[in-house]
Amino acid sequence: MTPANPKLKNRLGESLSGAQIIWEALVREGVEVCFGYPGGAIMPAYDAMIQYPIHHVLTRHEQGASHMADGYARASGQVGVCIATSGPGATNLITGIATAMLDSIPMVCITGQVPSALIGSDAFQETDITGCTIPVTKHNYLVTKPEQIAPTIREAFYVARSGRPGPVLVDITKDAQQQSCVFDWNDDEIELPGYRPDYAPPPEQLEEATALINSAKRPILFAGHGIIKSQATEVFTEFVEKTNIPVASTLLGLGGFPATHRLNLGMMGMHGETWVNKAIQDADLIIAVGMRFDDRVTGNLKTYAPNAKKIHIELDPAEINKNVYADVPIVGDAQAVLTELLPHVEECARPEWLAYIDEIKGDSAVRDIKNLPDLGKLYAAHVIHDLYRFTEGKALVVTDVGQHQMWEAQYYKHDYPRKLLTSGGLGTMGFALPAAIGAKFAQPGDSVWVICGDGGFQMTQAELSVCAQEGIKVNVAIINNGFLGMVRQWQQFFFGGRYVATPLLSPDFVKIAEAHGLTGIRVETRAEVEDAVRVAESTEGTVVIDFRVEQEDAVYPMVPAGANLHDMIQRPKPGAQEHNPIFETGEDE
Amino acid sequence: MSQSVKRTFAVFVEDKPGVLNRVASLFRRRSYNIDSLNVGATHEPGVSRMTIVCDADTDKARRIEANLYKMVNVLWVDDITHKQTIDRVLALIKVNCNREQRDEVLKICEVYRARAIDMSPDRITIEITGARDKVEGLVSVLKPFGILELVQTGTVAMTRGMEKHDLAHPTVPASRNDAA
Repeated sequence: MTPANPKLKNRLGESLSGAQIIWEALVREGVEVCFGYPGGAIMPAYDAMIQYPIHHVLTRHEQGASHMADGYARASGQVGVCIATSGPGATNLITGIATAMLDSIPMVCITGQVPSALIGSDAFQETDITGCTIPVTKHNYLVTKPEQIAPTIREAFYVARSGRPGPVLVDITKDAQQQSCVFDWNDDEIELPGYRPDYAPPPEQLEEATALINSAKRPILFAGHGIIKSQATEVFTEFVEKTNIPVASTLLGLGGFPATHRLNLGMMGMHGETWVNKAIQDADLIIAVGMRFDDRVTGNLKTYAPNAKKIHIELDPAEINKNVYADVPIVGDAQAVLTELLPHVEECARPEWLAYIDEIKGDSAVRDIKNLPDLGKLYAAHVIHDLYRFTEGKALVVTDVGQHQMWEAQYYKHDYPRKLLTSGGLGTMGFALPAAIGAKFAQPGDSVWVICGDGGFQMTQAELSVCAQEGIKVNVAIINNGFLGMVRQWQQFFFGGRYVATPLLSPDFVKIAEAHGLTGIRVETRAEVEDAVRVAESTEGTVVIDFRVEQEDAVYPMVPAGANLHDMIQRPKPGAQEHNPIFETGEDE
Repeated sequence: MSQSVKRTFAVFVEDKPGVLNRVASLFRRRSYNIDSLNVGATHEPGVSRMTIVCDADTDKARRIEANLYKMVNVLWVDDITHKQTIDRVLALIKVNCNREQRDEVLKICEVYRARAIDMSPDRITIEITGARDKVEGLVSVLKPFGILELVQTGTVAMTRGMEKHDLAHPTVPASRNDAA
């Protein structure tokens, strides 16, 4: 049960307005900060807010509010909260809600609605936001009476955080906020007859899985987002060390298992490491934990992991057999299932399989960045690798979407969970800066870095004002290549090199920072990177670094969309493309 | 991959505003094409029952079931495709029919156990209840007379015999993994 906030006056049994009850409920759910934007239909709630111990962050756009709540939730594991008015306020939240939905982020969105008597009349700023958000929320509610507010918000938090988490929207009419009723708060267990968030793994399937694991010669483990969500890092690591099964991660799984662990192979999929994808294609057993075989992970399903039996450990039954057929499906919480399996799996050294993977690593491998000659040009990979080194791998990094996101996944090695926040499922540009602000509120002690492109940054750069107004410090590394880089890369590879609508003129980002009263730094050579990172780390307020990187670099290796996982486009060998000194040297670091 | 067949789901949902919209939205969003959907009250207060017919192979049917279960307002899903069921459609058919044709049309009705429920000098309205193929049969026989209007419900279905659902205490099948 939620302990009542000591700062909260006990008003149980008193007559309160619906607006007051909203905040009573939020405080009782443990909310300390919320992100939002006021407007007509939510004004009563805003008016009541000042009576309650909740810090409100005024965003510059409602999309920023939903991304901030999302970033807060990802960084803390708690439910993030955003609030907006009816109509455009509510619709502006939708991109952030969909982002949270696709990555299973627990979030509660409160929206104001026109008075209930006006619903359906196309009133000023009326939108059917519950109708709009049915496909992109886990669940949503329309509340028209003050006495429904407390139980609905309580239920919304429960639904948002239980089972496979997700965003829940509560739309509250203006009259429900204005009317009063006797405030009641029921701490009993929530009864939702049709809602079944948790499944216990059945013993037969655990036995089948154990048998497969103990007899496999070339097994591979997949670490998905579910490892982080169910706090399974510890038991997963034990499982890996006992069985000596190498680990491949999804993008959202990065950090769930230490990147520098000897059995961590790295990321799989479209921009995964070549040897990881090769190992998957050669494996005789896949044990997928808390992931959903996204198309970015599998490539062509017809040729995907043809030799492997699949054990699919996943909390959501609807994900089983969706893309990849599971020989042994285990519906359950990752931590619970691994804990059950651990005592029954056998210790095994697997020298041949591990040696084989080492061998294919040697063949196809790695970007040996540290030893690259400094040709005076700045590559994004340099920047991100240096960021990793100078922050000692300890920063909480929030990325946007595109080339820099993939380079981050490849070059910034995350050893801890919840230190990489990225929009994986929806791929939402503009996510990074607001999500980082939310994350900083959740983890004020962390060094929070935004890594974003010049395109994505401009989508939500107005939120820099929030950094200034709130005195919040995040560091922003703009990987500025003058293009919408990932789209440009696809144009280069797949559209005959026609750069349609991808060259991008940007403002002077240093001046943009300064215009907000923040610090801006421009970096054009590799020699300047370290200084810039150190200045950013030691400066009190938010710092924006404009890294002017090579314009037409590409993310390698790459599985073209829908191609076979083992057919990867490799970085051209040295000499083949003189201007590009990053090549695969065959040495890992 | 098993073959795609017509599937019938009995879906018990909370009787709340917008639930039909949620269920329909799920089918649309996941590209599950609905053949027919029927919804109405049950004997249990607060519980509505939907009968949803759609094309799906075994895997898709499981995923439809699992996705329905994910919805907060869905209480119970039963894929009754391969169970012994009673399936019924109701149709009202208005056809051209003059005095000379009347006897013939009424005889056809008799064969199909349909009833004439309205009549005017040159037309007749027929009500039929039955399995979908029976209704389709009657419609094709009446076509030559000239069908003026046709309205029909979606399929409603119920399992035969003893099986029944305890709607007051819905529980998930013991192992949801089977249905996964």
